[in-house]
Amino acid sequence: MSDYSNKISDVVNNVPPSAIRRFFDLANEMKGNVISLSIGEPDFVTPWSIREAGINSLREGYTHYSPNSGYIEARQAISNYISRRYGVTYSPKNEILITVGGSEGLDLVARALINPGDEVIIVEPCFVAYKATVMFAHGVPVVVSTKEENDYKLLPEELEAAITDKTKYLILGYPSNPTGAIMTHDELAKIRDVLVRHPEIIVISDELYCELNYLSDKPASLIQFPELRDRVIMINGFSKSYAMTGWRIGYSVGPAPIIAAMTKIHQYCIMSSPSMAQFAIIDAAENGDSCIEEMRNEYNHRRRVLLKGLADAGLKCFTPYGAFYAFPSIEGLGLRSDEFCERFLLEKKVAIVPGNAFGECGEGHVRISYAASIDDIKEAVVRMKDFVDSLKKG
Amino acid sequence: MIDHIELLRLIENDAKLSNEDIAVRLGVSEDEVVKEIKYLQDEKIILGYTTNINWEKQLPEHCIGMIEVRITPTKGKGYDQVANIISQYDKVSACYLMSGGFDLMVIYEDKSLRDIANFVNQKIATQEGVLSTTTHFILKKYKANGIMFDMPDADDRQAVIL
Ligand SMILES: Cc1ncc(COP(=O)(O)O)c(C=O)c1O
Repeated sequence: MSDYSNKISDVVNNVPPSAIRRFFDLANEMKGNVISLSIGEPDFVTPWSIREAGINSLREGYTHYSPNSGYIEARQAISNYISRRYGVTYSPKNEILITVGGSEGLDLVARALINPGDEVIIVEPCFVAYKATVMFAHGVPVVVSTKEENDYKLLPEELEAAITDKTKYLILGYPSNPTGAIMTHDELAKIRDVLVRHPEIIVISDELYCELNYLSDKPASLIQFPELRDRVIMINGFSKSYAMTGWRIGYSVGPAPIIAAMTKIHQYCIMSSPSMAQFAIIDAAENGDSCIEEMRNEYNHRRRVLLKGLADAGLKCFTPYGAFYAFPSIEGLGLRSDEFCERFLLEKKVAIVPGNAFGECGEGHVRISYAASIDDIKEAVVRMKDFVDSLKKG
Repeated sequence: MIDHIELLRLIENDAKLSNEDIAVRLGVSEDEVVKEIKYLQDEKIILGYTTNINWEKQLPEHCIGMIEVRITPTKGKGYDQVANIISQYDKVSACYLMSGGFDLMVIYEDKSLRDIANFVNQKIATQEGVLSTTTHFILKKYKANGIMFDMPDADDRQAVIL
């Protein structure tokens, strides 16, 4: 049985492999000898008090399955966190589901909501899982391309133009991976106005980076609009805000009937999220606010150092106020983004990610992560300047 | 406008940052940084800039004592007079007035246990008002000045995460 193409399902075959597979392999080969600004996860280790809470749960023997939707204490801690940070209330009993990372939430939403052929509006450039999860669930992604001149925010008219009578849901991811764009409360209110005119459409708000907002110390979110309460699902998690990527804990909150449908899938496919990690996130949600703030401050310093360095290197970059990414333009330098990144890696030993990995409209840009030490960032931008200068000379 | 606490936290962790570095990180002008640092120095909020050194590594004979001192306060001057006299010795790196079972905690650094014992006998025990002392020696440092000794700093992340 050597030809597997007719064994693998069509949906899986039809999801294209990552646009930058080659670059991936190259970067992996060179790891250790390069400065990596290509990593979409915090460089911080999880704060000790959170790690210890996980360790203690093992000492005490909590090594079994948890209830399907997660320990009630963990859901309660998340509920308290949401009301403290967002000012809205979700019941730990039936409006919160603890998942294996925000990633599982994205998958559950797609499988719980999509009938074959339903359209899902995806706002690019964006996290790579949005499109894939929709396709795996037999949905049809409809791409809205946001623009640099609008700071990569979704405009109400762009949304309006993408809506058809097949639209099932919209998925928004702000603060954004890969652009670092954010949307303020007022900007989101304009999106709400469009949605109010289309009461059938559900909204998924991926807020993994909600705590990394350098303009405001409280998250801004569509869950804060009472008009949308019955059809917004927030996908969130502990990976980015608390530097907990390896623990694999996320959560989904929303109207009870949708959470119940998602729980049904979760119950059969996953059973329950890791128990030890759930004990750790109780500590994070209850005592972690100051850790978040310290890390946010540090990222903000790095953000300014990176932006200054990119300006010195002569790269145009809109000012990102969220997540830990900058998305400068490389237009006019004569290279596609994947060529640019490959040569930068080979010639200057710095790894960054081609913008087209996040959708076609990301072409002409590169994603630079500042989840790295200031020394690495400073050295990388010096090399960037050399590289850009050499390209300009031809 | 510079947030003084943010500025202080920054240079507390790295006294070698240039004014330009500080300005970029805080998103302000260099002139402002110079002005605010001068203000904080004038107000004696910034007292100096030091270096964290692992002396045990450089000088094998380095030794630190923590000396508990019980005293009868001198009339009119409280504990301050004895504390002041002890603090003036260069090798006393810290001196604190404490609550609890003793009054002063004196941290003293020298070459050997014998040197520290001599200091306690000759310079502390003999002070007027000193009732008794208890001396503890540091055997091993795990963490000092916020820095952990012997922590690996490997980055175990994958090369590219989208
Ligand atoms: C925008 C966005 N959403 C969701 C995720 C998934 O995170 P996790 O599954 O670790 O919670 C990521 C991770 O990179 C992300 O960047």
